[in-house]
Amino acid sequence: MSDETSIKKDDLQADEKDLINELTDSEYKWGFVTDIEEEEFPKGLSEDIVRRISKIKNDPKWMTEYRVKAYKHWLTLKEPKWAKVKYPKIDFQNIRYYSAPKQKEQLESLDDVDPELLKTFEKLGIPIEEQKKLSNVAVDAVFDSVSVKTTFQDTLMEKGIIFSPLSEAIKNHPELVKEYFGSVVPYTDNYYAALNAAVFSEGSFVYIPKGVRCPMELSTYFRINAMDTGQFERTIVIADEGAYVSYLEGCTAPMRDNNQLHAAVVELVAKKGAQIKYSTVQNWYPGDKDGKGGIYNFVTKRGVCEESAKISWTQVETGSAITWKYPSTILKGDNSVGEFYSVAVTNNYQQADTGTKMVHLGKNTKSTIVSKGISAGHSNNSYRGLVKIGKHADGARNFSQCDSMLMSDKCGAHTFPYIEIDNKNSIVEHEATTSKISEDQIFYLNQRGISTEDAVSMIVNGFCKEVFKELPMEFAVEATKLLALSLEGSVG
Amino acid sequence: MISIKNLKAKIDGKEILQGINLEVNAGEVHAIMGPNGSGKSTLANVLTGHEKYEPTGGEVIFNGKNLLDLSPEDRAREGLFLGFQYPVEIPGVSNATFLQTAINEIHKYNNEAELTPKEFLDRMKEKAKVVGMDNSLISRSVNTGFSGGEKKKNEIFQLLMLNPKLAILDETDSGLDIDALRVVSNGVNEFRNENNAVILVTHYQRLLDYIVPDFIHVIYQGEIIKSGGKELALELEAKGYDWITNGEA
Repeated sequence: MSDETSIKKDDLQADEKDLINELTDSEYKWGFVTDIEEEEFPKGLSEDIVRRISKIKNDPKWMTEYRVKAYKHWLTLKEPKWAKVKYPKIDFQNIRYYSAPKQKEQLESLDDVDPELLKTFEKLGIPIEEQKKLSNVAVDAVFDSVSVKTTFQDTLMEKGIIFSPLSEAIKNHPELVKEYFGSVVPYTDNYYAALNAAVFSEGSFVYIPKGVRCPMELSTYFRINAMDTGQFERTIVIADEGAYVSYLEGCTAPMRDNNQLHAAVVELVAKKGAQIKYSTVQNWYPGDKDGKGGIYNFVTKRGVCEESAKISWTQVETGSAITWKYPSTILKGDNSVGEFYSVAVTNNYQQADTGTKMVHLGKNTKSTIVSKGISAGHSNNSYRGLVKIGKHADGARNFSQCDSMLMSDKCGAHTFPYIEIDNKNSIVEHEATTSKISEDQIFYLNQRGISTEDAVSMIVNGFCKEVFKELPMEFAVEATKLLALSLEGSVG
Repeated sequence: MISIKNLKAKIDGKEILQGINLEVNAGEVHAIMGPNGSGKSTLANVLTGHEKYEPTGGEVIFNGKNLLDLSPEDRAREGLFLGFQYPVEIPGVSNATFLQTAINEIHKYNNEAELTPKEFLDRMKEKAKVVGMDNSLISRSVNTGFSGGEKKKNEIFQLLMLNPKLAILDETDSGLDIDALRVVSNGVNEFRNENNAVILVTHYQRLLDYIVPDFIHVIYQGEIIKSGGKELALELEAKGYDWITNGEA
């Protein structure tokens, strides 16, 4: 590494520190409520509600039928109970399944957007007005359930790239959506996937044509804003042969007393020789210091790699009261590669059960898993991961590393690795460590003039470095900030 | 610079320091010697504020401030530096990031401007040369995977980078071969000037061949039982500590 690069990073660190200072004392800074008229459904779920959502979204018939099938299947399923998380039973009839800011029609420019809405984005630090001018990030901003504004569309269209709200894609590219919707995560997959398929109201659709390298990071911000409204997002990313795309997903939610349900589905398809990098920074409202409130986050994320394709999942999970999430990769084609880099932070009474599945089907498939769990307060943090080597997967290799760091005496860290090997000509390695943040490390940094809070942040960020270096720069900054925020006051 | 009066301290309920008196002025180097378990390292840790060590009496005035009232980080920001006997590893945090944060925190506390990246880089290159550290060592994580000698060199590198008013070097010579000892000593001599001071905590006389002290103090059972000039070291080397501890002197 050149000196110049390291200095650049150091500069960055200095900026981050200002941010951290600025954000000190904020319990959940983004816990405000925007006063916008909302179009809401009554609470509860029924075939009628499913059909009403479908109607409001102007679904074609096949989509309506798909939703109804998914709903009927969901009725036959039971909530999964195997994760190491505890929460009161969710009353699915006490949830509102659709809410959207009342807007008349599709807007041509940002000037037409409700200024109240724009203000919300500004508070969240999403400089949408400056996006076009200043940054190289196209933003598809999702406010509650309806997409407000999509930027950079034209630039992307020139290359034949589709990056649009799912509802638009269903209208404009029905054949593509029909081909891939539910192809990786069918509604029969699990309880929450079925629920999502029935009531999803919005999401993003990305298609990168053959041989095209997407020239910018594609980014979507999600936000829950309506009382008791579940958010059911659906994201589909298709990279055609030899294509490349980096997709960023980040979330914040306002402070609420009632638990809010979030059950998203993400489907990735990497065709021959294609590469998808999918990065997430998740900071849904985690509940207060006593564990009251907070988002329940039940997510199904999965990708399929065809020959020589590569999918990298990178996630930084700091939010939610409950996190239930296992971004997975099916290595179907020979020589395909799957990667999973994860940082999961839990504090107070948060519970996270997260990890990945790497399913090796093709020959010479490779997967890497690096998971860093940080537990503070009374929280529980579990890594749950499956590595499966199919019988035809000659020469398959996996390396897994799961490290846990404990910040208090009352928190828990757990590792549940599942390994299924049906091919003798394969190599699977698993390493795991658990450590407690050491007083000697903190004193060493104190003795060099660094406060305990900054010392903890520095040590924890160092612990997560292998994962953070996989994140795009803007996200790495946000991740560092989030980590400091969510661990504030947890040591000393 | 620092005035220690009748300092008493305990660790795990056990009284280790029984009343230490020591005056160190700018421009001076003091060596603290003594047999194992006499309280040398305890003194270093109490002065820098390690929470396991509890001061139970006396006072310490540093730069006109009551040192024992300050947090460990504020003591460091006031210009107190400890060269650790066992430097700690911090995986994933580069030496450069760590030092830049430290320097900026110290500057901020003293209402001085932060170093520009260029100034920081220049200083880093200059100081690394003094202790013979190459760039790869600097960009690596703090002390992670360093050999014993590299860790001690890194302490002296930090000393030069932070340029404190008072450096307490706790057994900086332990575990060093003769070449490394020379490098480390050069670094300390480079640091010395009429505005700062050094307290060397050491077992052995050999360090004092390279870093010549102005005063030598022998600590025993938590008290300074003998003080003298640099010639005292030779006497100790020849006669051992028994000569003093048995009260024959």
